[in-house]
Amino acid sequence: MKFLCIGCDTVMDFTERQLPGDGTFAAVFSCARCGREVAMLANPMETQLVASLGVRIGGRTLAEQPMELVRQQLAEGRDDAFVEPAPASRGAIRWSDDARQRLANVPGFVRGMVKRIYSDYAAERGISLITPEVMDRARADLGLEGM
Amino acid sequence: MARFRTYNEVLEPTGAKVPEQVRAQLERLARRFSAIRHTVIVASGKGGVGKSAISANLAAALAAEGRRVGAADADLNGPSLARMLAASTAPLAVSPNGVAPAVGVAGVRVVSMDLLLAADAPVRWRDPGHAGFVWQSTLETGALREFLADVDWGALDLLIVDAPPGTDKLQRLLSLVPRPSAVLLVTTPSETARHVVARSISLLRAAGVPRLALAANMAGYRCPACGRTEPLFAADGARRLAAATGVPLWAELPFDPAIAASTDVGRPIVLEPAGSPAADALRALTRRLLTELREVDP
Repeated sequence: MKFLCIGCDTVMDFTERQLPGDGTFAAVFSCARCGREVAMLANPMETQLVASLGVRIGGRTLAEQPMELVRQQLAEGRDDAFVEPAPASRGAIRWSDDARQRLANVPGFVRGMVKRIYSDYAAERGISLITPEVMDRARADLGLEGM
Repeated sequence: MARFRTYNEVLEPTGAKVPEQVRAQLERLARRFSAIRHTVIVASGKGGVGKSAISANLAAALAAEGRRVGAADADLNGPSLARMLAASTAPLAVSPNGVAPAVGVAGVRVVSMDLLLAADAPVRWRDPGHAGFVWQSTLETGALREFLADVDWGALDLLIVDAPPGTDKLQRLLSLVPRPSAVLLVTTPSETARHVVARSISLLRAAGVPRLALAANMAGYRCPACGRTEPLFAADGARRLAAATGVPLWAELPFDPAIAASTDVGRPIVLEPAGSPAADALRALTRRLLTELREVDP
């Protein structure tokens, strides 16, 4: 899908994505020549179709995880189906009670992967305490929609 | 208004980076296949003809003679291969190189949806609950791609792929495995099976798959009391199909309740000592496959 600024006959650049709610996916494109911006709003069905491809509009910050699509999308996976690699050097990283509670709300099937991603994010940035705010930041920085 | 340029005429990048990600997925798939000597799809188009039991027996027979064998259960909605091969239900280890397959009987490396689902749970995908017809097949193809590309199969001599029923699903599988070493089409002598499998042959030929073969399952029943073999079906569909299409009939496998009984307990019948006609026929099929793949002398 490409967005063309008709006046400038120029391809608009992807600039931002959002999940504003209701399963809507919003992608913002802007024209580098005239500055015009448009937001493409995908309904939940279209959002799911894109998610089903295993791609992220705008590209990935975080590399695709092994079996990421299955783990994110399967509704009734076995809680202990996967075991994540042992953390490299995460001894100092702690989770606040709020963050722990939020993690507990993630389906068990995918929880191990999500926990590792947040832990890696914190470790790479020298963050010793994972809080809901850190999780929000990681979601935004890494494009973890749906995690 | 001036004529718009077409999508392909607009060459500037958009920053959405979707084609690049799809390309990366396919490259990952190709890298994984580069370590696999032969990929053999066991298919039919028809359901209930014994594809999974034959897949399990082929995989076990090949592994038992020391070959490095993987078994991918492409039947996402009716997975049975893990159980038939007694694959370990221990959690699958994730590493940067992928997900380690479960290990089954004779060392077969197995991946199946059965290993991932909660007990008795069907395959259901997360929301939205409506309009699944729009995205469900895309998601299932993606899941299958991950089964093939994201599993750390290691170097394999053979990967056996147990295909789901339905010619549409066979077509989807071919989009991920475009160059299988062979496709073994399982049929029965019934006319109904002949009709369905004939469609699969047309599909596979149109896709340019070079090596097709038939295996006629349930080709007769040997009476345990008198030892006489009688046909289970009035028709002779498998032989007629072979004659009409020119696809070679590699095996005619007798119906034997012991085949199902053995896969039910995760010990395919080919692992039992010689003597059972069904096991002997399955071993002969394995030998024929290896001969055709030029892995052994005829």
